[in-house]
Amino acid sequence: MCSVRGYVGLAALAAGLALAPASALAASAENGKTLFVKNGCWQCHGTVGQGSAITGPKLAPEPLPLEAFKSFLRNSNRAMPPYREEILSNADVDDIHAYLSSIPKPVDYKTIPLLNQ
Amino acid sequence: MARKDSRPEVSRRKFLAGVAVAGAATAVTTKPEGASAATPGTTAADVKRLPSALRPTAYQIAVETGSAGEPKGQITGRPGSDFMVDVIKSLKIEYVYSNPASSFRALHESLINYGKNSMPEFITVTHEEASVAMAHGYFKASGKPQMILCHGTVGLQHACMAVYNAWADRVPVILVGGNDLDASKRPPGVPTVHSAQDINALVRDFTKWDDQPVSLQHFAQSFVRAYKYAMTPPYEPVMIALDAGIQQEAVHEKNLYIPKYTPTAPPHADLNAIREAAKLLVEAQNPVIVADRVARSDAGIKSLVQLAELLQAPVVNQQNRVNFPNTHYLSAGGNVQQLIRNADVIMGLELTDFWNTVNAWVDNGEENGAGVRELRMKPDAKLISISSAELLTKSNYQDFQRFQPVDIAMVGDAETSLPALIEAVKVAITGDRKAAFEKRGDALKKAHAQSIERSRQAAALGWDVGPVSTARLCAELYAQIKDLDWSLVNSANVSGWTNRLWAIDRHYRWLGTSGASGLGYGLPASIGAAHANKALGRFSVSIQADGDAMYVPGSMWTAAHHEIPLLSVMHNNRGYHQEVMHVQRLSNRRNRVASLGKTMGPIGTSIEAPDIDYAKLASSMGWWSAGPIKDPKELGPTLKKAVEVVKSGQPALVDVWTQAR
Repeated sequence: MCSVRGYVGLAALAAGLALAPASALAASAENGKTLFVKNGCWQCHGTVGQGSAITGPKLAPEPLPLEAFKSFLRNSNRAMPPYREEILSNADVDDIHAYLSSIPKPVDYKTIPLLNQ
Repeated sequence: MARKDSRPEVSRRKFLAGVAVAGAATAVTTKPEGASAATPGTTAADVKRLPSALRPTAYQIAVETGSAGEPKGQITGRPGSDFMVDVIKSLKIEYVYSNPASSFRALHESLINYGKNSMPEFITVTHEEASVAMAHGYFKASGKPQMILCHGTVGLQHACMAVYNAWADRVPVILVGGNDLDASKRPPGVPTVHSAQDINALVRDFTKWDDQPVSLQHFAQSFVRAYKYAMTPPYEPVMIALDAGIQQEAVHEKNLYIPKYTPTAPPHADLNAIREAAKLLVEAQNPVIVADRVARSDAGIKSLVQLAELLQAPVVNQQNRVNFPNTHYLSAGGNVQQLIRNADVIMGLELTDFWNTVNAWVDNGEENGAGVRELRMKPDAKLISISSAELLTKSNYQDFQRFQPVDIAMVGDAETSLPALIEAVKVAITGDRKAAFEKRGDALKKAHAQSIERSRQAAALGWDVGPVSTARLCAELYAQIKDLDWSLVNSANVSGWTNRLWAIDRHYRWLGTSGASGLGYGLPASIGAAHANKALGRFSVSIQADGDAMYVPGSMWTAAHHEIPLLSVMHNNRGYHQEVMHVQRLSNRRNRVASLGKTMGPIGTSIEAPDIDYAKLASSMGWWSAGPIKDPKELGPTLKKAVEVVKSGQPALVDVWTQAR
């Protein structure tokens, strides 16, 4: 699990990522989307990380900062099985995180008539 | 037992010969010329060797029964199966769900001819598992138990899983299986293979009572007894083995009578224990009521609302019945775990799994792979239980779950016992407690409103993506049915969105789950429920799991043939997603990459390549259908068309490619 200290450090890292060239980020997000499906993340969290009340929380938009995300992924000891480096490389995790970071925020539900029935 | 040697003129063999020969009597009075040489299988020697699944010729029957050349004509006297129909009619059973079989052909004939195929009407079903599930769904929509007829061996083997679902869901189904007991008289070949000493043994572990009557009077007593036991809470399936001989022979018993059916008053919880429970609930700072299979009527829901409002206590619904309106501010939403953690008194009503209500099991591979147990509640929280489950004493199948000690345990039907508990709570409430209750109620009102807000915002996530999100699916569907008197008769796992987005406020708005989570329930049970709802003027809708549908897809034919209106929306996530995660979890724990093969999920868990076209499947069996829909924008207009079809009295299916959950 992620410590508060680690979390703060990662927020800074996430801010740094935002300054990375847009093309590089887009490329890794695209690969991340493929990896998100290939590695089964979508099965519990949905193809756009929207989550499910039954199987797994939402991951996007605004995922955990990368290091916190990675730490949870590697060390999860709850119903979520750990994805260790042997089965998911650091580079792959980076790409998955980039994909989740690329998912836009949803509109306010109040603007969707079907959610105001 | 069953066949009477002293009455050869009405024995089954003579009857068989008489019937078979009736249309071809002249043809079998003598051996057909050249038959043994030109037509294999027509000699007496060949008859013995032939597999009897083949339809026998009139001559074969005549030879086998030893009656060639001596046709005796029709059975004389009143058929025993006619009396059986009278017994069945006395209980006002409306439908018999059945796949036809020789072991009950006499009753079948009596039902459709003597009984005029009315009360009960014979409903043709393509699989016995579907027959039971249809009766299961019918009961949950109507409160009326129905009958199924099946072959006692192979048919009952098909039916078994569905019986277990009904058992675990506490639903009465009157199971009747044909069996040909007299080994010296029954037809050889297939009919003998389809006979057994004790067919009821197959389902004895998950039926409440069974019998194998040996006379017509015995049948009458046992059938009424079976019905009575099935309909006394806790409701459960019952089984009657029906000997072919008794069905087929003429009535020879004198003074036959049909026993009067008088419903048994449901078991009531002990009044002293109720008073003790009321005191605990009134004195509690944070009481929580947890309901499982409690309210089977609007009256039951009203009682639970009255109790919750008196105490201003939240109600956690475990979703196997409506129990409590989700529109009420005391209906617990996304804060269930927090409520259980903070509770000092937890009252469980008809809980299937009290242990798992107050404990958690984490499937994380610890404890040598078994996972770990964690206490969800405060260690000193007091537990109260009202349940009729302890009246069930079967022990083989483990649907009774882990044992959970409680502080006040009451054996009784919860719905029946609620009025007495309400009165006891009224007596126990003091002025100062009322003020505390009001404060608690205000906090719960706020929490309920926040929960709705959170749910709606969460539903907006992935709103426009394809495959269609389950939130979008449910929102689109609700928009089309909300102004009708709708009944959600079945639902696949859609992450609880129906309960989060729909107003579930009557006992038939949601009929609950299968019971034992045995696949093959959803499609036929939804058809059975829709069958009941048709007469009640309700609009039936089902969110159908694709994997479940593929167990008994032939159920769709029954809906079309019998004109049962149902809107079935296929939650087509192209996989067995419950199992996907199990394999993924084990792969990860073992540091192996889950092998996908040519699908999106681990090998063995996907229903892809090829993708099943459910719209074509449905239309092939007479349904209006559409899909697969992959763009969420197409969903609303398509559902609108489907609703109109269903309103016209026909079944309709809309296949939607969906997110996993």
